[in-house]
Parts: sequence; structure tokens; C-alpha cells
Amino acid sequence: MIRFLSRLTPVLATAAVFLAGFVVCALIYPNFASLRVVMNLLTDNAFLVIVAVGMTFVIISGGIDLSVGSVIGFTTVFLALAIERWGVPPLAAFVLILVICAAFGAAMGAIIQYFELPAFIVTLAGMFLARGVSFLLSTESLPITADLYAHLSEHALRFGAGARLTVPAIIMLVVVLAGMVLLHLTRFGANVYALGGSRTATGLMGINVGRTTVLIYTLSSVLAGLAGIVFSLYTSSGYSLSAVGVELDAIAAVVIGGTLLSGGYGFIFGSFLGVMIQGLIQTYISFDGMLSSWWAKIATGLLLFAFIAFQQLTLHLARRSRRAPAGAHP
Amino acid sequence: MALRLPRIGTSQIVALGLILVANWIVSPQFFDIRLQDGRLFGSLIDVFNRGAPVALLSIGMVLVIAMRGIDLSVGAVMAICGAIAASLADSHSLPVVLAAALGAGLLCGLWNGLLVAVLGIQPIVATLILMVAGRGIAQLITEGRIVTFTSPDLAFLGGGSVLGLPTPVVLTLGMMALTLLLVRGTALGLMIEATGGNPRASALAGIGTRLITVAVYMWSGLCAALAGIVASADILGADANNAGLWLELDAILAVVIGGTSLFGGRFSILLAVVGAFIIQAMNTGILLSGFPPETNLVVKAVVVLAVLLAQSPRLGGHLAGLGVLFKRSKSGGRRS
Repeated sequence: MIRFLSRLTPVLATAAVFLAGFVVCALIYPNFASLRVVMNLLTDNAFLVIVAVGMTFVIISGGIDLSVGSVIGFTTVFLALAIERWGVPPLAAFVLILVICAAFGAAMGAIIQYFELPAFIVTLAGMFLARGVSFLLSTESLPITADLYAHLSEHALRFGAGARLTVPAIIMLVVVLAGMVLLHLTRFGANVYALGGSRTATGLMGINVGRTTVLIYTLSSVLAGLAGIVFSLYTSSGYSLSAVGVELDAIAAVVIGGTLLSGGYGFIFGSFLGVMIQGLIQTYISFDGMLSSWWAKIATGLLLFAFIAFQQLTLHLARRSRRAPAGAHP
Repeated sequence: MALRLPRIGTSQIVALGLILVANWIVSPQFFDIRLQDGRLFGSLIDVFNRGAPVALLSIGMVLVIAMRGIDLSVGAVMAICGAIAASLADSHSLPVVLAAALGAGLLCGLWNGLLVAVLGIQPIVATLILMVAGRGIAQLITEGRIVTFTSPDLAFLGGGSVLGLPTPVVLTLGMMALTLLLVRGTALGLMIEATGGNPRASALAGIGTRLITVAVYMWSGLCAALAGIVASADILGADANNAGLWLELDAILAVVIGGTSLFGGRFSILLAVVGAFIIQAMNTGILLSGFPPETNLVVKAVVVLAVLLAQSPRLGGHLAGLGVLFKRSKSGGRRS
């Protein structure tokens, strides 16, 4: 039991930071501790959580995906054009864009795997490509006026006092749950952890490393596409410059959530909390009204540093305690 | 095993030449250079002038990458140092302004270096912290506004000229010469390559890998600071939101085009700078040819992929394998 708890330490630390932050905010602003604020936190950050879930898989496997922000931007532009200009029914457009994203992610995964290139630079090229293609499609902000969009933004579970669990938030919660099941309870999830531990050992164990790698990047891109759909629902528009820099927010959320950037260790729920902490900072700043938006960046940077330093410390201590019994060798 | 590149870098120089010729084809007056008020003007000069910030960044970046590191924070450091320079320019003399901005760059580099070398954090994460927070710090300095200045001394660094060449180009060449002197004139370059090749073995061989790592990140910070000063001197102001935005990616791309492997080891400062000018020549070419500037990113993506695939250990192996097969099939008849 203690071992299990100590494995969960990083996530518990993240949860503690979130709760402490929330309590501090609630003490300063009595209106803060309301269901409405919590629901808005879920809705406003829905797309970021969805991306962060995909990013968690990638980072646990020892990789990184810098293309997700651009994929979101591309998705919103594609949806706006497909629905408004080309007359594709919204649901068909959703399916189409998810298939395109899957192909895009699979291609990146295949290049990383079969040409033995660093994930960082391949997904960087993917980032340029996705952003460039969305620029080529359109540089304007395109409104989406389809009935489905109006309908979906009306639709929400209401809890009174203005608290609404919106469609984006529901999609996000489903993705988090599905991601937890996929990562923690399936063979694919176990393979992802194994890859992050050691690629060579994973291959020697008979796990299909190539297939797993391609699937991981496919999953990340599909979730980025889904995040793009949610983002376009949230804003009812498509813009090629939307979601610039989201990859960094997602990576920061995953790290704050306790996932090791060197791979092999991490939890989906931690990433969810990581996004919520960032959202909390944003909400605090908007409640305050006097603080400027750049404090959010500085606070995120500080949190990032604190959590990484914490990780390094625990790793160091773990290594030392493991080495101590085998101290026969001087 | 990375694909061995010829030390002289013929391919990069040929590529730059080809792109320049392509630019000349789409715009016949591309090579026209005229002397006006003691400064050279023309599209060709413009390529080098506009490319100077990325070239400066790539000088620092190539050393970091040679050590198997990466510095994602250079764009944010540019914004910080540009903001410092712009906000001090009108109230202080040029030496003070430069010392403050360059000092801030060195400090940023020190922070990155300590995280990597002492705390042992992977470079991509360690520099991510400053990449995220740095832009916030820059906005803190400018208080969220676009700070402008009128000081002619600082403006000279962006818009002036020395012996007919624009100052940014002169600064880039000077920084490159200084770095080459430091790195290739001493054993430092060899030690950097050794550290990138195998840090443990290098440490055992008596190289102070930690000190070298910190020093290299500081040098990268210094280059970024200089790039930030040039960028804000060029526009007579500092925009904390957009100064140096995404330039870290261009700098990495320049290094990769310059043939330095992302897996560390051998590096070439000169070719990284050539890589930076290749990127700028492509940008200018796309603008001149009348294609929408949006094509730029797609072209960049294709170039990154092409260069990467050419560098890929796997593809190199395949080509070598093909070569062996080819030789065998030629001599095969006699041998069997």
C-alpha cells in the first residue's frame, strides 16, 4: 500500500497544489468557490486537456509531439471551410478531419520509427507543415454558422446558478476516462510504458515497437484533431492562427502532472490536474483584474521548474536508496 | 552512426547558390547592388541583413546541439534582451545598455546551463522553462507595451552600416569570427565534440564537462542577447510578444541544414550560419516570386524533412547498402 502511494506521490503533489491554489483563491474571492467557476474551468480548458491526454501517451513513451497546436489550428480552418464553403455535413466533416489527423500522426510516427530520427525534429516539421497548410487554406477568421454548432453550444447539463456542463467539457471528461482506461488497463498502455523505459528491451521482449510508436503518434494527432473540433465548437469559428503555442501548454501540463519527461512514468489524471492548475492561474488573474496576463506565463514557468526540480530530487533519492543495499562495491 | 558530411560543406554552399540563382530568375534585379550614402543596398544585401538574427542565434545553437543539447529559450531570451535594451536606450549610454542586455543574456544562459549540467534535467525540458516564462519576463520589463526609443546609438546597431555593410551583418560576421577563434583556435571545440559524443567518457578523460556545458549555454544566451539587440535596434522598439517568436525553431533548422547532427558530435559554425542564410534566401525568394508568404512554412517543412531524411542513419545505411550491392553486382561475376 505504501509502495503504491509512493508511486502516486507526483500526482498527489499536483492534486495538493491544485487544491491549495483553489482554497487560496476561494479565501481571497468568496465568489470563487462556486460550481459555476469549476464548470467554466472545465469548459474553458477542455481542448487543452484533450491535447494533454494525447501528449501524456507520447511523453510516457519517451517522445514528444510539437505539432499538436498546429493540428488544432488546421482542424478549425478545415472544419470552417468544409462546413461553410464546401457544404459538407458537420458530422461528416468531423469524421473526415479525424481521419486526416490520424494519417498525419501515423506518417510522423512512421518517419520517427523507420528513419530513426528524433521525435522532436520530425514533429517540428509536422508543426510547420500543419500550420503552413492551414495558412494556405485561409488566413482569415471564418465563422461557422451551421445549425449543429448552435445546437451543441446550447446543449448542456445544467446544475442551477449558471453552472453548465457544456458539450466540450463532457467530451473532455470522456476522453480523460477513455485515456485512463487505455493507458492503465490495456496491453497497448503497458507497451507505451515499456517503450518509455527502454526501446531496446521492449523490442527484445517481442513487443512490436514500430507498430506501437506509429499508434502513439496517431493517437496524439487524432486527439489534437478532436481538440480542434472542441475548439471550433467553443469559438464557433476557424482561424489558422488559433492555438499557437498550445503544444507548450500541453507539455507543461503533462510535466506539472508528474509525468517524467524522460518517459516510462506518468498518469493521465496528473495531466488533467496540470491543465486545471494552469486554468486556475488564468481564472485567478481574470478575477483579480489588476494583474496582467504575463504573470500567467511566469507562474507556469515557476511551477514547471518546481515540479521538474521535485522530479529530479525524487529520482536522485530513489537511485541512492537503490544503490545503498548493494554497497558491497566501494 | 550519422552520415558523414564533407567538412567543407559543398552541398550547403551549392544549395545557397542555387536558391540565390532561383531568386535571380524570379526577380532579375536580385543581384543589383548599389551604393547609397555609404551603405550597400539591394535584395542580396537584404537577405544577409534580414538573416542576421537567425544567423546569430545559430552560432550559439550549433555549439549547444554539438553537445547533444538544445536551447529552446533563445527566442524568449531575444525578447528579454531586446526589451531591456529598448527600455534603457534613451536614458543610458550605449555601453551601459549593451552591458545590461548582454549580461541578461549571459544570465539566462547560466540558468539553462545550471539546470542541464548541475540538476541533470534534459536540455529540451530545462530550456522549455525559460521559453515559457521568458516571454512573460519580457512583458514584465516592457509592462506589456511596445517600448520605443529614439537613441541613434542603439539604432545604429540595427540600421547603420560599417564600410558599406549593414551593421547586423558585420556583427554576425564578428560574432562568428570570435566564436571560431575561441572554439577552433583552442581545444575547446574538440572538448565540445567529445562531450557531445560521449559525456561520460569525456568526463573520465579529464574534460570538465559540466563547466563546458554551462559555458556553451551561456554563449548561446549571449548570441541570443545580441540577436535581440539587433532585432529591437532594427525596429526602434521592443515588442515582447513577437520579438524572436519561433526563431528558436529557425535557428535549430539552420543548424540542421548546416549538417550538424542532432545526436551531437561534429559541428560546423560556418555552415550553420550558411544554413541561416539559406532559410532567409528561401523566405526572400518566396516573397519575390509573388507566391503568398503563407507558402513559407510548407516549404520550410519540406526542407526540414528532406534534410533530415538525408541525415537519417537508416537512409544512410540503405544507400551504403545499395552502393555495396552495386559494387558486388559489378564484381560479382568474377568473384563467384
